[in-house]
Amino acid sequence: MNKLIVSPSPHDENYMKTSGIMLNVIIALIPALCVGCYIFGWRVITLTAVCIASCMIFEYLSRRLMKRSNTITDLSAVVTGVLLAMNLPVTLPYWMAVIGCFVAIVIVKQLFGGLGQNFANPAITARIVLMVSFPKAMTHWIQPASYDYDAVSSATPLAMGKDAELPSYIDLLLGNVGGCLGETCALALLAGGLYLAAKKIISLAAPVSFIGSLAVLMAIAGEDPLYHILAGGVFLGAFFMATDYATTPITFKGKIVFGLGCGIITFVIRHFGSYPEGVSFSILLMNILTPYIEQVTRTKIFGAKEAEKNEG
Amino acid sequence: MNRLNGLRLHHRKNTENSQTEEFPLPAKVKIPLSMTMGVPCMPLVKAGDIVKVGQKIGDSDAAFSVPVHSSVSGTVTAISDYRTASGAVCKAVEIETDGQQTVSDEVKPPVVTDRSDFIKAVRESGACGLGGAGFPTHIKLAPKTPVDILVVNAAECEPYITADYREMIENANDVIGGIKLVQSQLGIKSVKLAIEANKPKAIKNFTKMAENDDSIDIVTLPSKYPQGAEKVIIYNSTGRIVKEGQLPSDTGVLVMNVSTIAFLYRYMQSGMPFVKRRLTVDGNAVGSPRNISTVIGTSFREILEYCGTDMDSVKKMISGGPMMGMSVPEADMPVVKTSSAILAFDHYDQRKTSACIRCGRCVKVCPVGLMPADIDRAYKIKNIEELKSLKVTLCMNCGSCTYICPANRKLAETNQLAKTLIPRK
Repeated sequence: MNKLIVSPSPHDENYMKTSGIMLNVIIALIPALCVGCYIFGWRVITLTAVCIASCMIFEYLSRRLMKRSNTITDLSAVVTGVLLAMNLPVTLPYWMAVIGCFVAIVIVKQLFGGLGQNFANPAITARIVLMVSFPKAMTHWIQPASYDYDAVSSATPLAMGKDAELPSYIDLLLGNVGGCLGETCALALLAGGLYLAAKKIISLAAPVSFIGSLAVLMAIAGEDPLYHILAGGVFLGAFFMATDYATTPITFKGKIVFGLGCGIITFVIRHFGSYPEGVSFSILLMNILTPYIEQVTRTKIFGAKEAEKNEG
Repeated sequence: MNRLNGLRLHHRKNTENSQTEEFPLPAKVKIPLSMTMGVPCMPLVKAGDIVKVGQKIGDSDAAFSVPVHSSVSGTVTAISDYRTASGAVCKAVEIETDGQQTVSDEVKPPVVTDRSDFIKAVRESGACGLGGAGFPTHIKLAPKTPVDILVVNAAECEPYITADYREMIENANDVIGGIKLVQSQLGIKSVKLAIEANKPKAIKNFTKMAENDDSIDIVTLPSKYPQGAEKVIIYNSTGRIVKEGQLPSDTGVLVMNVSTIAFLYRYMQSGMPFVKRRLTVDGNAVGSPRNISTVIGTSFREILEYCGTDMDSVKKMISGGPMMGMSVPEADMPVVKTSSAILAFDHYDQRKTSACIRCGRCVKVCPVGLMPADIDRAYKIKNIEELKSLKVTLCMNCGSCTYICPANRKLAETNQLAKTLIPRK
């Protein structure tokens, strides 16, 4: 008879593992990527492929250099690659995208200890770094469905002047507007977000409070709330970045606070600031606040006595 | 009333319709003298002694202990050292059976005139909580504060196990008899017989049986692990909250396992102490899973072989359920009073633990509302103040967090280790 395996209970486990969760996130991003392809052409595929490949290579190399276990198979680097690509204009030179991947994987993620340890969202931070470093290339938007990468840039809906003829809601829903290659089609992003929620991979608490608070604030300020939630990176940010496990609070209460914060900051930047977008900065700022949010939004423990004040 | 968190598990109650089968009397038995919580017993017999069924073979002067009785008639061959599944060492009485199963003269129905007689009789019966923890029943039945509600724990929330369920189906009258017995002895007005929703037949039967008894309520518990945990079942059947540091009796509640209460009834009728029990034999290495009734001290190996198990294929054996049961280190371990099931599996993946991704699944399933991910971090840096404020001492080791963790982190185990860092007051 074999030696019996002795281990502490429980002796059973759930089937959903880290790589399974990441795979589901990738699946959820596919509709928006496909629409991106349709609107912005073949370069969506190559740019995304470059991002995925370089994220995986950077992940492998940095883990190896730091003498840590290889974590390529958990697919988290793939998710970061896809998310970063979706936050880039389709015309961005490949080498700039590679720099973005380096920032995301090496600086933001691995230097802080790898998966689950980073305090800021890698893709968001990389996007901001690229935006600050290469402002021109990062705001070179092409006309939807023109497939003309050399054309003179068009403006994103939010960057258009107040007097310009704004795109219709339908165009915003379908993504038929200028912008980052994965952020324009609100419908596809919504579908992906709902898929993840149905699979119980994300909670809708943060997206709902993010989008909800932004809409309410815009309405109060006299701007078109629907336009503001459909335009720009709100859906991509709310469903895929504000729900990132490592950089957002764990509890339901915490997620609500996080979403509210994102909504408020996005509103402030868009309404008062000179900057047309605000989603990336709002999420990054809330990432930084997350440890503090967590401290005040802990779960209520069943049957616990009130904590004694200033113990010891 | 808030809903407590819980886990949806596959019930895997493959043996729920398996009528309890009498296991053939083994040629020899090995009866450990420590099978319950409390002080281990000292042997009252020595090698060469002739013993009979129901004869007391081990006892202790300590109040917090449960005497041990011979489950067979035969000859004591040795008093040996024995290591329990939890690692403690005690004595065990090895007996060669004579096949006659002659009943000892000691076995006669106890005479009970008042409550102290009753408690004394319960101790003599060798009864303990049969749900798994093995708390001495006579201690439980003598609470320091008065109780007004009896909760009968018939949740049987662990996957696979159907031993309590078969008790409810096969010995329903004993269950009701036991309830009335405890009710009258302790003067308890209200009884909650709490059964998990995945046992509709038992719920239906008892609802009918208790139709004319206003004092007995049948409570249907949601099918959400761990309903059988004491604090959970108390809250879900009475709405009372057992606070940190409190005993259930501090809230006026007495919780008893359904099989224990049915046994007490039979003991009062016959005087036969606890020498035999029903257990579920299941797991994918078991050829024909079923419920069997066997004498205490029967070897797990014999039972598994009897149920068509190829012992060479077994890689993992569990005594009890997969969530809170204990790994069995060797196949020759004996059945003890708390063995509710033997599970045998032909494979067991020991997956690698990876980094916490902070998905929060552990927080979502914890019935007590703890944050195992944060406890894991605090434990790593041995931050005792943080562990205290995270209330790790309230963890009941139900295993839900480890079960759900996508990174295979042994969170429940960490909680137990973290508890040891906190000095007891």
